[in-house]
Amino acid sequence: MILGIDTSLGTAVAVVDLDGVVRAEASSDNPLGHAEVIGDLLQAALADAARGPLGQTGAIEPVTLTHVAAGMGPGPFTGLRVGIAAARAFALGRGLPVVAVPSHDAAALEVFLASALTDPFAEVPRFGIVTDARRREFAYTVYDGIDDDGLPVRVAGPALTPRDEIDTVLAGFGAERRDAVSISAAMLATVAARAVAAGRGLTGPEPLYLRAPDVTLPRAPKRVTA
Amino acid sequence: MTRAEPLVLGIETSCDETGIGIVRGRTLLSNTIASSMDEHARYGGVVPEVAARAHLEALQPAIEAAVAEAGITLDELDAVAVTSGPGLAGALMVGVGAAKALAVSLGKPLYAVNHLVGHIAADILTGDEVEYPTIALLVSGGHTSLLLVRDLTTDVELLGETMDDAAGEAFDKIARILGLPYPGGPEIDRAAAAGDPNAIRFPRGLSRASDMAEHRYDFSFSGLKTAVARWVEQSSLTPGEGASEASPETGPGAPGGPSAADVAASFREAVVDVLVTKALDACARHGVPRLLLGGGVVANRRLREVALDRAEAAGVTVRIPPLSLCTDNGAMIAALAAQLISSGRRPSTLAFGADSTLPVTEIQISEEAP
Ligand SMILES: [Zn+2]
Repeated sequence: MILGIDTSLGTAVAVVDLDGVVRAEASSDNPLGHAEVIGDLLQAALADAARGPLGQTGAIEPVTLTHVAAGMGPGPFTGLRVGIAAARAFALGRGLPVVAVPSHDAAALEVFLASALTDPFAEVPRFGIVTDARRREFAYTVYDGIDDDGLPVRVAGPALTPRDEIDTVLAGFGAERRDAVSISAAMLATVAARAVAAGRGLTGPEPLYLRAPDVTLPRAPKRVTA
Repeated sequence: MTRAEPLVLGIETSCDETGIGIVRGRTLLSNTIASSMDEHARYGGVVPEVAARAHLEALQPAIEAAVAEAGITLDELDAVAVTSGPGLAGALMVGVGAAKALAVSLGKPLYAVNHLVGHIAADILTGDEVEYPTIALLVSGGHTSLLLVRDLTTDVELLGETMDDAAGEAFDKIARILGLPYPGGPEIDRAAAAGDPNAIRFPRGLSRASDMAEHRYDFSFSGLKTAVARWVEQSSLTPGEGASEASPETGPGAPGGPSAADVAASFREAVVDVLVTKALDACARHGVPRLLLGGGVVANRRLREVALDRAEAAGVTVRIPPLSLCTDNGAMIAALAAQLISSGRRPSTLAFGADSTLPVTEIQISEEAP
């Protein structure tokens, strides 16, 4: 089983079997308060997972996690870090590996799975996942199809663009716009499960900040005399 | 859980040090610190976003190093402890997120505690019985607080704090005015070595008779900073010429006048004087003949000297933990939690957050209902 944690938008936690069956999901859409809710959501998801696949309430069975999937962003930094810190610490506590997953990959997989539910043979046209990056900017990643490992194929991004330029940018890639207001931790964990099965890494260990820290270099001290 | 000697791992990320400490009751097993100070040097002060990024990268290796040094496994822990505040919000949140996940992962209780009270708790790791009540003076780049501690786990009172800059920040800003690098404390100490502390009488903030009613135990360093800046501008001392190069004969000051070393020494004297005077005043007025120093500015040699000298004259005993326990660290957070556990306190719920302005009266945050 894989524990998925994403705090790139709201706070989302899920436990998913390696074959993709969702055992538990717990989330908060609040774009703030990640540090407040992460502990209770983790505890709730683990307790739910012990009762069997989502929606069932079987006998309590042990939750045997094998990996922790961490949503690496992009997303507002302060919240994003809470989830990555939690994923790393949780994994350390149980001696598990962390699978770093670009958060947009989860939203993209959701698009493909939703399409497959209505028509398994439908082609999903190239699209861009778009999320809030604050400061009048959007973060986007362009995807085109799904590969043999069942993983969405990234063709551009993740990157930032001013909000009023997003449509032009996506048109330039010939991509439809898909806004995501939340990231599903179950999808994130599923992406991780597929990457593990395929023996692939999806992104490096660094968060996808996409922006240098906001710092002002010190000026010469201000004069205090006239 | 061994309530008398609980094994606790403490996580501290309130400023620019990622501190992981492991204690067993009053015994220090590990005090691992990863500092991002070097990354802040070019900015002349702690940059919150840079600090928060560094915490995220440092946490896991620091926990692993601490566990290895302590010779324990995470499973053996009785509890996890974390700083909830006060401090930089984004930095605190990294520690809070990690601590909650670690506690849930291990199935261990979590204690969320106050950073400032943690500084006081550091003293119990020195292997010497600390006696309460005590006055505590906590001075760092992030805080300057004067406290009356009647009981570590139940009764800490804020007597006063800085109204503007923390003392450590004042050192950093004056260092910049004098053209010295960051962090300013050790640089000013070095520059001041050859100077005369009485060369220039810089103002002592909030020390007038008229301040005593409202701000007897409060601090202010902004007036002092302005006075030093004015002095440097009006003399021919040029910022950029390190004070360490100056000597009374060849210094860039007016011939025969005070040198850059004198400015540094006189500034330092003004800060130290006001810190020690107010701390000993608190001891006298509260009838508490004990003073505990904490915080990174305790590294300042002159502060320790003046505090020890004047305290002795006033019949006050001074406790100064080793510097590694004075600067921000996780061991002090673990030590405070260990004392809370020993005194029978329940763990914190998982619902607390980072509180950048947490008052010192909140020693433990979000204790579970019975
Ligand atoms: Zn501190």
